[in-house]
Amino acid sequence: MTQRTLYQRIVDAHTVRPLGNSGQILLYVDRQVLNEYTSPQAFAALHTQGRKVWRPASTLAVVDHVNATTPVRNARTMVLVDADRARQVSTLAENCARHGIELFDMLDARQGIEHVVASEQGWVLPGMVMAAGDSHTTTHGAMGALGFGIGSSEIEHLLATQTLIYRPQKNMRVTVHGQMPAGVTAKDLVLSLIAQIGADGASGHVIEYAGEAIRAMGVEGRLTLCNMSVEAAARGAIVAPDDRLYAYLQGRPRVPQGAQWDAAVAQWRLLRSDDDAVFDREISLNASTLAPRVTWGTSPDQGVPIDGVVPDPARESDPERRRGMQRALAYMDLQPGQALQGLPISHAFIGSCTNSRIDDLRDAARFLKGRRVAPGVRALVVPGSSMVRVQAEAEGLGRIFEEAGFEWRQAGCSMCVAMNEDHLNAGDRCASSTNRNFESRQGLGARTHLMSPAMVAAAAVTGALTDLRTLPCH
Amino acid sequence: MTAAFQAITTLSGTACALPLPHVDTDQIMPKQFLKGIDRQGLAQGFLHDMRFDASGQARSDFVLNQAPWTEAKFLITGANFGCGSSREHAVWGMRELGIRCVLGTSFGGIFSDNCMRNGVPALVLPAADVDRLMALAQDPQRCQMALDLAAQTLHTPADGQTLRFDIDPLHQEMLLRGLDAVGMSLTHAPDIHAFEARYLQANPWVVPPQEMPPQEK
Repeated sequence: MTQRTLYQRIVDAHTVRPLGNSGQILLYVDRQVLNEYTSPQAFAALHTQGRKVWRPASTLAVVDHVNATTPVRNARTMVLVDADRARQVSTLAENCARHGIELFDMLDARQGIEHVVASEQGWVLPGMVMAAGDSHTTTHGAMGALGFGIGSSEIEHLLATQTLIYRPQKNMRVTVHGQMPAGVTAKDLVLSLIAQIGADGASGHVIEYAGEAIRAMGVEGRLTLCNMSVEAAARGAIVAPDDRLYAYLQGRPRVPQGAQWDAAVAQWRLLRSDDDAVFDREISLNASTLAPRVTWGTSPDQGVPIDGVVPDPARESDPERRRGMQRALAYMDLQPGQALQGLPISHAFIGSCTNSRIDDLRDAARFLKGRRVAPGVRALVVPGSSMVRVQAEAEGLGRIFEEAGFEWRQAGCSMCVAMNEDHLNAGDRCASSTNRNFESRQGLGARTHLMSPAMVAAAAVTGALTDLRTLPCH
Repeated sequence: MTAAFQAITTLSGTACALPLPHVDTDQIMPKQFLKGIDRQGLAQGFLHDMRFDASGQARSDFVLNQAPWTEAKFLITGANFGCGSSREHAVWGMRELGIRCVLGTSFGGIFSDNCMRNGVPALVLPAADVDRLMALAQDPQRCQMALDLAAQTLHTPADGQTLRFDIDPLHQEMLLRGLDAVGMSLTHAPDIHAFEARYLQANPWVVPPQEMPPQEK
């Protein structure tokens, strides 16, 4: 029998039928999450054609991109002043009501960023296929599932047929040997991988993460890792399920219970790549050599360890990449050879589907206890979900953030994508736990440096990019 | 059908060069254009901050604001064009502005899929071909191109060359016939039903919780 990768195993289990001799297949999809800004066009097309939703209960909807994150959330504060955005939210509610789709609206106690909500609800389980109209759907590979982002036309296709027209991707394995040093997180690992293989390095591939450092990594770290794999152009990123994952999942609201749980776990234990499975590409990393990282440019692959310097475009032999570097340095107002450590910031932001879960907030809070945000720096924490926020408050983290001078806000995508009121202004420089340092991502003309949540905390209290290993932890 | 598009068989016209790597969909369609609930009115947003300055004036030094490229139908792109966010608005706006075919060494995966669903061929070519097309597209006298999708050829009259490209046969058929993907897949509804019944029986834990029968205590 042919040896298969975990990815191939999941695709095979979801193949409804091949589509001619094209190599494409009709792929069954187990779960979908909808948001307010990429779904309305899908529903509109469905309605024009008079089509129904195939399986409404396989879909969950959340408001996350446009909602305010004002610290006090109630019916009065959550009125969107922008009529267009308010219409996106009301359209989502109308579409969900019309088709019997469950919605976590802005005031729901479970509201939050779609990818944070999905994992904390146990909405995506090992072996599943999950698709959503958001590129960071790769996040759910941490559940031992295949997750990937789709456009609005594909959302329509999925709503109407429970399937997608799908071309199986190539297999890439990233094996991470060794142990992560203190102060180094999954964010640093994935930023290092992206810098090594490039922002298109995993194009046309689904990554499987393996090795000692992955097995030792907590599930929330794996969520970060799979989430940002899309920044290397991966079409999915999977970690094989293990006991660590089952412990994370057990008892969550949407997870099977009792005998059905035991039966499911028995099936999930078979979800792994065969020993002799062939990968189209193999990458190997040594975790023990990693350091905390920051980006200097406007593409997630433009980053270095915190003690590094801005590279010189003159040394780049590829003319297209050189142009990209020159444009990035002009935009970021940086010079070749400039040290990143000590670069002054105006803003610090902890949040996003990459780094806003409870482990992330704990990591950051450890550096904030007994410290204050530096004068002139505006610092914000936006938990990934309302449930993360409640848990963080129960653990006393909310108070630590507030006492340090951070704004302790309500859940949403917020300043990662700046589609609500949370945005930077031109020239602002932000230490950010988010996933994209693209031009104007956090606001027109704003400058973003990507890093881990703890590194954002370190930058917030010193007022400049800082190696957190030089700050004692209280 | 609203979600599908006009068929595309041939396309002739001006090609524009954008030789930058990793142009992301935040640049292709900035957030201020993502406030609608339909697919219209997005041409202004396409590459907005490259085309217009902060006061809304067209930047005269940007290629899409210069003749003959104001009429561009082809875009020759740097690597990984369309990476980042899944927003299909990027393709809706690009198409509305008149660009009906993109060519490069690689594209953002979701962007490429979105192009196909909107009748815009996103063609991946070897680097040497892209370099040649990029050079032609930067020359106002030599930037005309002609696509024949059925023959899988791109002709450049200025240098007399005709290159042959690969395209997924299913994508090619869908583009040539302007097929509605949803309608096409729904012809397989009996297969989907049969698969679903078999699959959910073998994996009962997949059934969404709201559909589960009450559990015995």
